[in-house]
Amino acid sequence: MTSAGTNGAGSGPIGRGASVTLSDLEKTYDRANAVAKAVDGVSLDIRSGEFLTLLGPSGSGKTTTLMMIAGFETPTAGDIAIDGKSVVAMPPYRRNIGMVFQNYALFPHLTVEENVGFPLKQRGVSKAERAKLVAEALELVHLPGYGARYPRQLSGGQQQRVAVARAVVFKPRLLLMDEPLGALDKQLRENLQLEMRRLHADLGITFIYVTHDQEEALTMSDRIAVMNDGKVAQVGSPEDLYDRPDNRFVAGFIGESNFLPAIVRDLEDDVVVAECEGTLIRALCPGRPASGEKVTLTTRPERLRFADANQAGTHPQNRLSVTVTEAVFAGERCRYMLQAGDGTSIVLKEPSSAAIRRRAVGERAEIAWSVADTILV
Amino acid sequence: MSEVVQPASLALAVSRPKTVPFDWRRAVPLLLAAPLLIYMLVFYALPVVAMLLRSVNDPTWTLSHYATLFDDVVFQKTFWITINTSVTVTLGCLILGYPVAMGLVRSRSMAPFILVIILLPFWTSVLVRSYAWMVLLGRHGLVNEALLALGMIERPIRILNTPLATQIAMIHILLPYMILPIANALRQIDPSLIRAASGLGATPFMTFRQVILPLSMSGVAAGTLLTFVLALGFYITPAMVGGPRDITLSMLIAQQVDQLNWAYAATLSAVLLATALALLAVARKLPGVGNAFKTSMR
Amino acid sequence: MKLVHILPASVVGLILFFLAFPIVVVAIVSFSSATYLSFPPPAFGLRWYEAYFSNPDWLKPTWVSIWVACAVVVLATFLGTLAALGIARLPKGLRVVAAGLILSPLIVPGIVVAIGIYYAYSRYGLVGTPIAMVLAHTCLAVPFVVTSVTASLSGIDPRLEQAALSLGATPGATFFQVTLPLIQPGVLVGALFAFITSFDELIVALFISGTGAVTLPRRMWDDLRFQIDPTIAAVSTLTIVLTAALMGAAHLLRKRAEQNRMATSSAAP
Repeated sequence: MTSAGTNGAGSGPIGRGASVTLSDLEKTYDRANAVAKAVDGVSLDIRSGEFLTLLGPSGSGKTTTLMMIAGFETPTAGDIAIDGKSVVAMPPYRRNIGMVFQNYALFPHLTVEENVGFPLKQRGVSKAERAKLVAEALELVHLPGYGARYPRQLSGGQQQRVAVARAVVFKPRLLLMDEPLGALDKQLRENLQLEMRRLHADLGITFIYVTHDQEEALTMSDRIAVMNDGKVAQVGSPEDLYDRPDNRFVAGFIGESNFLPAIVRDLEDDVVVAECEGTLIRALCPGRPASGEKVTLTTRPERLRFADANQAGTHPQNRLSVTVTEAVFAGERCRYMLQAGDGTSIVLKEPSSAAIRRRAVGERAEIAWSVADTILV
Repeated sequence: MSEVVQPASLALAVSRPKTVPFDWRRAVPLLLAAPLLIYMLVFYALPVVAMLLRSVNDPTWTLSHYATLFDDVVFQKTFWITINTSVTVTLGCLILGYPVAMGLVRSRSMAPFILVIILLPFWTSVLVRSYAWMVLLGRHGLVNEALLALGMIERPIRILNTPLATQIAMIHILLPYMILPIANALRQIDPSLIRAASGLGATPFMTFRQVILPLSMSGVAAGTLLTFVLALGFYITPAMVGGPRDITLSMLIAQQVDQLNWAYAATLSAVLLATALALLAVARKLPGVGNAFKTSMR
Repeated sequence: MKLVHILPASVVGLILFFLAFPIVVVAIVSFSSATYLSFPPPAFGLRWYEAYFSNPDWLKPTWVSIWVACAVVVLATFLGTLAALGIARLPKGLRVVAAGLILSPLIVPGIVVAIGIYYAYSRYGLVGTPIAMVLAHTCLAVPFVVTSVTASLSGIDPRLEQAALSLGATPGATFFQVTLPLIQPGVLVGALFAFITSFDELIVALFISGTGAVTLPRRMWDDLRFQIDPTIAAVSTLTIVLTAALMGAAHLLRKRAEQNRMATSSAAP
């Protein structure tokens, strides 16, 4: 046996995409009076051909991590390996990594054609071959015939596509993207998100994508690494992160969550029974908390229902008595603010329908939801 | 936008492992700057310093040249004339410059036109502008002709070669140095503040006194300082249009060099340079002036 | 009510008139047909331009000035651009010292610079040679090159250089293919300033041009000591036109560079 193939899809013959391994990556900056840790012990296995998103609020270390992979920052500690080979000592221009920058960073003094041909020129590709590859790349991003224009003559969305074409024209096995859609309006952003997915499928190479927009991350990624305070808070598929957040930060950062304080009373197989507002609530729990421990349960607002509107389900249900404190009709759904016995606020979102009676403020009600949608964090 | 992103220039220097003992790339910036720094030292700084040293080592190390200035009547008169001229010129520039700066900032349609009128003389040589004033202020110059025609005087009066001529010409030459920093400061005032003031019932004059003027003080300070320091060192204009007896410090220095009196010339140069540098040092401490000064220096 | 608006406008108008009028007068006088200086001229003609262009006493200094200024442009632009690239990346303490030395000719009184240079250059027999003029004027022109190039360097998005590196360009290739083309307008503007600085310079020339390297401003100065005949008006008008043309070119270059930058760095949706 060789030591190769420790990380899933990256094993076996080298695929079209590079695998990237970050081990205990650290980056500190010396500030005037203190040492700031921008990245604090990040370990990640990014598989060949995967679309991985680094998601986090600003200052979480996601861009610094990306810059270290690209080679613009040197790690203070730890290692970065691409296809198993450490690249820490390699200057950025030898890493052969495509990169799309936040504001595209197109060269203003070069035409679109010269911009896209730039990496080929650096690699000594002949003029004829260059023209062919550039045309192909522009075709790929749906901008054929734009070669002779200057970046300033293009719209933001078009500039973004040129930046992508330039980053993939030399057939890198890894593409890094630093909030590439950040400057665009919502409509265009959504179109380009789908296009990025298509591009990822067409090229089959590994994408590492940085964003602070959780919706974008959920839409596009195979896996998401949520970052907070220089650390990876959780890695997983969009479903994993949404349905089974590991911790309060992830639950709060991705989508909307209710947090219910509770005290553990009992354990049944993989379900924990906790007391909240004098009611016993069952929740899924990866760990084994001790009886009597104070914990927080989380659940998504759209997974809650008013109990009387709820047809008898096949899944085990949690129930809780509440008072309606606020009711907002928001078109496709109604949003209710509820208050449980001791004052915990709970949000409930209900699809709107003329057939469903809308609750009034002050009304007492009982809500119910599936045990599978209740997580202990 | 998000995390700290180092400029590429730094990345160039740090994108190698720390184990490399010496990175020659770290030396690149110094190597790039070195030719000019050496050039400036050899052909400019050292010559000036060598000349200034004559004030303390002629014939041996001594401070006597500075000591004699205290009872040197010629120096004291010259120094006073220089300061007096600079103060008058600076005040003149301030009075004439502020309204123009306001006009430049306030009127959108006329701004390019005003800017051209300010900048064209700015980039015309001091010599040419001084010559223009010789033409205007001479015995048969336009000003005299006009005054005669208007019957305000009966025969040509002497304006050229008087302190007044020096002051007028210097104000003309230095006015842009006052206008540009003030305009810079005025441009940074949020226009909604002015609207708010008049909305609160302030008359235009009150708005000016209580909002615009205080907020433009950094520009006024920078312009005043720049004008004053430049005026201190003026040589060509006073020599061309000034009176034969109204000698400024620069002219006295030139005279002493002509007479090969290097020790005295060096002493006077040191005094002139020290005065200018001291003013700049004081001004840098004033809040806001440093920045306004920097931007106005282009 | 009306007066409130008209009064400030007319005051500003008068001051602008004060600024522009002397230069306009010089230009008008230069087209005078009279043999003496008078305003307004009795009739117009080109005799003073003819006098200028046919007199070797004027043309020779003109050529000296042009050659000196061109040599200054080459030297100051080369040294200044290199230094601007270096200074931006120096550690702070060193950067302040270097910038102080390089920018000081802007504030040190001209007479002090001039006699310092005269004092040292005369020791080495340089006075009265065009080389001395070039060496001295370069010191005075360099601050303009350095400030202009520094300004255009600081306007470059550091991501452009990162992008070049990520696309496989070595640091050298990045400099020649990205950084240098982007600062080119700043370099050209600096070169234009350098030309004007040298071409118009008088104080240093008074001391070190001697008899062997009389420049145009020096020739004008010498002439003015004895007479103020309209030839000088013609020469002055020519230098004003030349300067204005160069400044206009510099302005256009700056504007173009700015537009380039605006359009790409803040990509509008």
